[in-house]
Amino acid sequence: MSAIKMTPLNAFHRQHGGRMVDFAGWDMPVQYRSILEEHKAVRQRAGLFDVSHMGEADVKGPEALKFLQHLVTNDCTKLFPGRILYTVMCYPNGGVVDDLLVYMRGTDDYFLCINAGNIDKDIAWIQEQAKGFNCTVVDRSPDYAQLAIQGPRAVEIVQSLTKTSLAGIKYYHFADGEVAGVKCIISRTGYTGEDGFELYCPTGDGVRLAEAVLAAGVPLGLELTGLGARDSLRLEAGFPLYGHEITDQINPIAAGLGWVVKFDKGAFIGSDALKAEKQRGPAKKIIFFKTGDRRIVRAGAPVLNSSGTEVGVVVSGTLSPILNEAIGSALVDGAAAQELLCVDIRGAKLNLHLVKPPFVTLQKS
Amino acid sequence: MSNIPSDLKYAKSHEWLKAASDGTALVGITDYAQNSLGDITFVQLPKVGATLKAGETFGVVESVKAASDVYAPVAGTVLDVNKALDANPEKVNSSPYADGWMLKLKLANPADASALLSPEDYAKVIG
Repeated sequence: MSAIKMTPLNAFHRQHGGRMVDFAGWDMPVQYRSILEEHKAVRQRAGLFDVSHMGEADVKGPEALKFLQHLVTNDCTKLFPGRILYTVMCYPNGGVVDDLLVYMRGTDDYFLCINAGNIDKDIAWIQEQAKGFNCTVVDRSPDYAQLAIQGPRAVEIVQSLTKTSLAGIKYYHFADGEVAGVKCIISRTGYTGEDGFELYCPTGDGVRLAEAVLAAGVPLGLELTGLGARDSLRLEAGFPLYGHEITDQINPIAAGLGWVVKFDKGAFIGSDALKAEKQRGPAKKIIFFKTGDRRIVRAGAPVLNSSGTEVGVVVSGTLSPILNEAIGSALVDGAAAQELLCVDIRGAKLNLHLVKPPFVTLQKS
Repeated sequence: MSNIPSDLKYAKSHEWLKAASDGTALVGITDYAQNSLGDITFVQLPKVGATLKAGETFGVVESVKAASDVYAPVAGTVLDVNKALDANPEKVNSSPYADGWMLKLKLANPADASALLSPEDYAKVIG
C-alpha cells in the first residue's frame, strides 16, 4: 500500500473546512459545506475545484501526431494549435484504457490530460505503444496543479484576474496566459456541463492561484466545491467516469461514445474490435435514467426487466439536486435497453425512465 | 464540535430520545450522525402503529454518500412520524433535535429511557 498522495492544495482544503477522503489514492475534499449546495452553486454561480490529482503528459516529436492517431480513437488531425479534443484510448479488444483530453500546442507538440486513478497505468501503456514511433512521452503529472473554475460566472471571475481575452478562447480551446500573475494553460473545458475553465499551473503556484480565484470569486457567489459535487455535476451532464460508464470491460460503443470513435481516420488500437461491435450492435450498453423518486439508486444495484429477470447493473447513481430526483446510469443487455426496466430499493420497485443526457439544460458555450 | 443537548438521552447508534412525562418520547438522530452522513436526501420511516423492539431498525436515512439504518433506542409503539421529512429531509441536517425529529413513540416501559446514555457518556462515544 503506497502512501496517500496529496495535491499542493491539501492544507488549503483543510483550512477551508474540506472533508477529506481517499479518492483513487489521493487525499481529496469530497465536500466543504454541502454536496447539494456546492452542486447548485456551480449551476447557478460558480465553483472552484482542485483537480491537481489529474495526470498530464507531453507527447512530442516528428511522429507525435502519427502516434496519437494510432493511440486514441478520435481524429487528432482535426486539431490545430490551441484546440483540444476529447477522446478515449482502447485496448485491442476495444475496452477502454482511459478517457483523456489531447491538447495541440504546436506542430509535433501535444499535451494530454488523463485520470488521476489511471496515471501509472496510462503512462506505462502510452510509452509501450509509442515504441517504434519517433516521439517521446513524458509524465508531467507532478509538475502541474490544476484548478477548475466552473459555472455561469466563471468567465467573469477568471477574466478579472487575467489580461488574456477569454472571449477569444472558445469551448474546447486553450491559450497560454497569466492568471493572478501565475503562468497557466487557460483551457475552456470542464467536467460539469457548465461554462468554465481548467487552469494548469506550476505545482508550486497552485495555492497562490486558488487564493486569488477564491478572493475574486466569493463576491460573485463562487464556492469551494469538492469531489462529491464534481461527481453529481458530471452525471447530471451525462459525462462518463472511468471505472463506471467506461472500463476495460465497457468499450466506447457500448458507452454511447461512438462520436469519439473515428473509423475513417484509419486503423488504431482497438479499431477492428470496435468496428465489429458497432456492426453487430453492442452486446451491452450504457443507459441513463431518472426515477421520479428521491431514493438514490446506487452503483451495484441490479436492473430488472418487467418479468423480474436481472438484465443489467447500475454503474452510477445520485440525487440530482436540480431535478430533486434520483438519476443514474446502468450497463444493460443490448436487447433489454428497449424494455421497461426497474430496480428494487429496499422492497420498493422503481421504474427507470430512460433519459438522453444531459438531465438538465446546460449553459456551456 | 457536535451539539449534544443536555436534556436528551442517547443510543450508541447515534439516535436521541426525548422522554415526556406521559410515557411517550420523540426520537431522532444526533447532530454528530447528521454531520457524518452529510446531505440527507431521503428518510424512510415506519407506519404509525408499528411496534418496535429495542435496537430494531425503524427506518433508513439516505444521504448522497450512503443509506444507513436507524434503530429504535427503546421498545415502543409508533404514535406518529415526521411527515415533513418526506418533502424536506434536509431538516435532519439543519435541525436534528427539533424540526428533524423522526418518531413519536409510546414506550413499552418508560423506565427503559433511563438506561440510555447520558449526554456525557454519548460525548465519550463520539470522542
